[in-house]
Amino acid sequence: MSKNAIKLLLVLLLAMALVVGCASQPAAEEPAAEEPAAEEPAAEEPAAEEPAAEEPAAQIRVGLVTDTGGIDDKSFNQGTWEGVLAFAAEYGIEDDNVKYIQSESDADYIPNLSTFSDDELDLIVAPGFLFFDALTEVAALYPDQKYLLIDSVVEADNVASAVFAEHEGSFLVGIAAALKAQEAGEDTVAFLGGMDFDLIQRFEAGFEQGVWAVDPDMTVLVDYAGSFSDSQKGQTIASKFFDDGAYIVYHAAGGTGNGAIKEAKDRVQNGEDVWVIGVDKDQYEDGIYEGDKSVILTSMMKRVDVASYTVAEQVLNGEFTGGVLTFELSNDGVNIPQVNPNLKDEWVDTIMAYKAKALSGEIEIGMVPSRLQ
Amino acid sequence: MNTFYSIMTLTLIFAAPIIVTGLGGLFSERSGVVNIALEGLMMIGAFSAATVTVMLEPVTAAAPWIGLLAGAFFGGIIALIHAYASIDLKADQVISGTAINLLAIGLTIYFAQIFFNQQRTDAFSRGLVKTTTPVLSEIPFFGPILFTNMYQTVYLALLIVVVTWFVVYKTTFGLRLRACGEHPQAVDSMGVSVRKMRYYGVALSGILGGLGGAIMVLTQDTQYTIGTIHGTGFIALAALIFGKWNPWGLLGASLFFGFSQVFGIYSNDFEILQGLPQEFFYGLPYVLTIIALVVFSNKSVGPKAAGEPYDVSKR
Repeated sequence: MSKNAIKLLLVLLLAMALVVGCASQPAAEEPAAEEPAAEEPAAEEPAAEEPAAEEPAAQIRVGLVTDTGGIDDKSFNQGTWEGVLAFAAEYGIEDDNVKYIQSESDADYIPNLSTFSDDELDLIVAPGFLFFDALTEVAALYPDQKYLLIDSVVEADNVASAVFAEHEGSFLVGIAAALKAQEAGEDTVAFLGGMDFDLIQRFEAGFEQGVWAVDPDMTVLVDYAGSFSDSQKGQTIASKFFDDGAYIVYHAAGGTGNGAIKEAKDRVQNGEDVWVIGVDKDQYEDGIYEGDKSVILTSMMKRVDVASYTVAEQVLNGEFTGGVLTFELSNDGVNIPQVNPNLKDEWVDTIMAYKAKALSGEIEIGMVPSRLQ
Repeated sequence: MNTFYSIMTLTLIFAAPIIVTGLGGLFSERSGVVNIALEGLMMIGAFSAATVTVMLEPVTAAAPWIGLLAGAFFGGIIALIHAYASIDLKADQVISGTAINLLAIGLTIYFAQIFFNQQRTDAFSRGLVKTTTPVLSEIPFFGPILFTNMYQTVYLALLIVVVTWFVVYKTTFGLRLRACGEHPQAVDSMGVSVRKMRYYGVALSGILGGLGGAIMVLTQDTQYTIGTIHGTGFIALAALIFGKWNPWGLLGASLFFGFSQVFGIYSNDFEILQGLPQEFFYGLPYVLTIIALVVFSNKSVGPKAAGEPYDVSKR
């Protein structure tokens, strides 16, 4: 009996020691993993007119934790980091004050976020919804630390959550699709979604509204693959779309969309005339089939770099408020690429005219696709 | 009718990697070594093929075909690890296979990081391209199905089925291979090396598994990512069991599986089926497979000695 009691006591003691040990702030160690911070000579914009060189610029320290994709993933990690670098260049932030830390696995998210938090950086950036769980936990442990989460929402005062108005960006590519189809005398375009839930439905809703703004008689075929990584299914669905007369497929399906791009490439090389619209980033390169000819008509870009730039700016100016920040047409958070080799200049003009109408409130872009209304 | 032709064509394209990989599994299991590493071998093959294609594309138009060879080659090399562990070291074949599956994930991503500085390969620009054969596509019925918008790798897959059947059932090599899977002691008593036969079996499974992965990435994707294979190796394994370790059965099972996938996608073209929720069709291929397994499984008996390390002293 007494033996058990002693055991119990010991266990309790150990457990307490653990809790106490965790609670005490570890003495701020040297900046953990010495990252080769910002080795790229802060590309992007050339440090625009430095504010009077004699006065040293106000400094803040910004850290980014990558997900497992790595810093040069040509997607969210890289885009977000480019925003941080552009910010640093613009405001003369020293190289030592912007750094990133790579996560080798999902299990690294919490330790990496905590490392930067212990270091008391002014802003810690987590690019992507994969960080949702980790950041929810860490943000609660460090209530005074400011965080930026991209593409997902954590409800905490110290977290700024950047979300994107995908329906507005999709509206623009819908217009591009309709103009291209009209030129070719085609009357059908298609939307390929990853999974059928509200986020992806916003892409669908914006796209069809864009198409119908140009030509209300155009048919928009819709299908969902039920996966973001099944390129086989993407190819099969795209093939079906094209066989059913679709001229352009807009995919919001991640890796599944790769299959659609492959199918379009094959068909173009067999003399058919079909196109794909990319998503999240400028996918032009992924669609190249010969020389510099690509099947990617244009892309709906989520400007994660704008998000990280904007929030870093807020922190610098002491304007950080946390909460949900929507990146939309009005703040350039969603857009088509700067360069669109497959779009005629007049089409881009038309798209920009529609954009202006959307911004002035003349056109309202809904978030629910017509099939669900 | 056009819809029917499209479904059939897409079914063949969908099934081709499953067929080739499944045949790989057939060689291994017929020789007495269980091979659940097919998934990993496909990943290795797909990664090698994509990498070689990306690198050679600017140089030669034959790049994807060289990519296929590379996929088969590296698949074979990695399979030798499985062979060594399960034949020479007499390790548990399931564990060794699982290890290869895990290894493949890490290895491909690791090399992608080295070659391309990212966790996937770069996008290749062509890969294998669908072709329409001029005269043959005019044949009624078969023309639209087999020779219109078809990958040549599908013909390759069908050819390998025939060759496999011939090798396994009509040659001395095949007889010995099958005997090793049924009663290795008998084979040994006739002076044939069981070890050698099993090495051949496992190496062939690696070559075909790698080839299957290569076909998959070069026909249905634009680059190798961690999601490129997404379980197709396990489906090939299921098709092998479903097809009762027989090349023709495997062919049928693979086509059946491909068909149910494609049919799920086309289902909303049929008015009767439009009322059903989409999730029903996502699940359909798997439900059909389970039903088919139950209905046809009464005699689904694999090679008797599969899974057991060969022990000379056992009779």
